[in-house]
Amino acid sequence: MATTTRAATSHSSFRQGLSRIFHRWLFSPGALIRICTLIITAIAMLPIAHAGEGKILAAPGVTQIEGSAGGGLTPWAVLAGYASRDDIAGSVFSSRVGVDDYRLDVWGGALNFYDRVEISVAHQKFDLKQAGAEIRQDIYGAKVRLYGDLIYSEWPQVSTGVQYKRLQDTAIAKAVGAADEEHGTDFYLTASKLHLGAVGGYNLLWSIGVRATKANQLGLLGFGGDKRDRYSAQVEAALAVLLNAHVAVGAEYRQKPDNLGFAEEEDWSDVFIAYFPNKHVNITLAWVDLGDIAGQDNQRGAYLSLTGYLW
Amino acid sequence: MTQANSQASSILRDATKAIAITLTAATLHLTGCAGVTQDASLYRALGGEQGIARLVDRFVEEISYSEDIAPFFADTDPDRFREKLSEQLCNISGGPCEYTGDSMRDSHSGMSISEADFNKTVDLLINVMNKEGVPYPTQNRLLKRLAPMRKDIIYL
Ligand code: HEM
Repeated sequence: MATTTRAATSHSSFRQGLSRIFHRWLFSPGALIRICTLIITAIAMLPIAHAGEGKILAAPGVTQIEGSAGGGLTPWAVLAGYASRDDIAGSVFSSRVGVDDYRLDVWGGALNFYDRVEISVAHQKFDLKQAGAEIRQDIYGAKVRLYGDLIYSEWPQVSTGVQYKRLQDTAIAKAVGAADEEHGTDFYLTASKLHLGAVGGYNLLWSIGVRATKANQLGLLGFGGDKRDRYSAQVEAALAVLLNAHVAVGAEYRQKPDNLGFAEEEDWSDVFIAYFPNKHVNITLAWVDLGDIAGQDNQRGAYLSLTGYLW
Repeated sequence: MTQANSQASSILRDATKAIAITLTAATLHLTGCAGVTQDASLYRALGGEQGIARLVDRFVEEISYSEDIAPFFADTDPDRFREKLSEQLCNISGGPCEYTGDSMRDSHSGMSISEADFNKTVDLLINVMNKEGVPYPTQNRLLKRLAPMRKDIIYL
């Protein structure tokens, strides 16, 4: 019954999702403080910041929901921030995904060491709106650039990474039949390339990766399950075009495992627009389709993310 | 109603997937096969001889204002640099010019130009193109032809 209502109104759910996100994200006191701090820090750093010279605008991508540099949903081979091989870059981010029955808040930060190693930390808070429950998870990530440069090398930039995930609230994972309700580790390998002037003079970026994972819904529902309790390989891909020096539009796809018997887990996709006013901030807005989550189908909505590049 | 909708949405999802995969495959194919086409369209888009002369003049001016980049050119003969860079931009954009200067490796070695220096210089060039009203796609096409030279310019 609830499904009918949702489905019937799905065409307007983007607008609803958006206004929901703006209201709750911008007007909740905690978030407000967080965002203000972020913006003020970024602006305060403007005159003294000397990083932001190692790459061209938009080259570091944005921050994905597990804290790694990439698109919104998938990690790319790029490392967070504008560091060149001679310096270190630091960035902070805050994201919100609001779909019909759930809301995911993520915030964290990343360090980029000499455009070689990225270390990231992300804290996720997942709200089950109807149940009035929440699941919190911490993710520690590391990414190493193995080869190349997104723009300048002949072959794509290639990186490999890990995401170590630790669930703080384990009751729901346990209840839905996760094999491990405490922690899990994802491993990924990804290749990305920006082609200057590739389509009618516009720059085109693609990224493709494969992830070995046991995580159910990012790990929020634990790791492994009654249906399958081993690693599986999942494909993640993104494609984007830069409309000008400051705006990129694109789409992403993220394959998901389906380890739990109690409900189906589906692949994710999104279309996004990212705005890079300068080398200190980035704002990304997306329309996401997360499929079925824990028995609630057609979870669609909006995604809003802000990354501040501090130095 | 519900069924039709969820069916429609799964078709939509499959279609999105199919489009993403096709686009990626097409991109890989295109970018893998397309060599640099040396027709004169980029040369014309840059405004030909006069357009390039104006770009180079303003670029030299911008360099002289840049605290970070100007020192590299302290001992450089500006007239020679102007002439050689104009020839090179004309040549790589498909114009009717021969490049008579030194190789990129020879003219930039011993300077220890870093990645950051390189980017600042590219940013200066982009600024100049913006001021001269060179359209964004034309800028990208020029940068695409300059990009492969980077390995013969930095950290030498
Ligand atoms: C794709 C980028 C670049 C291109 C296409 C380019 C092109 C050229 C050309 C054509 C010349 C003249 C060679 C000759 O005199 O025979 C030259 C010289 C020079 N370039 Fe570059 N250059 C680039 C990047 C840079 C960068 C990033 C720097 C420093 C930050 C730099 C510093 C110089 C200097 C100092 C000279 C003069 C050398 C001398 O006096 O003999 N160039 N460059």
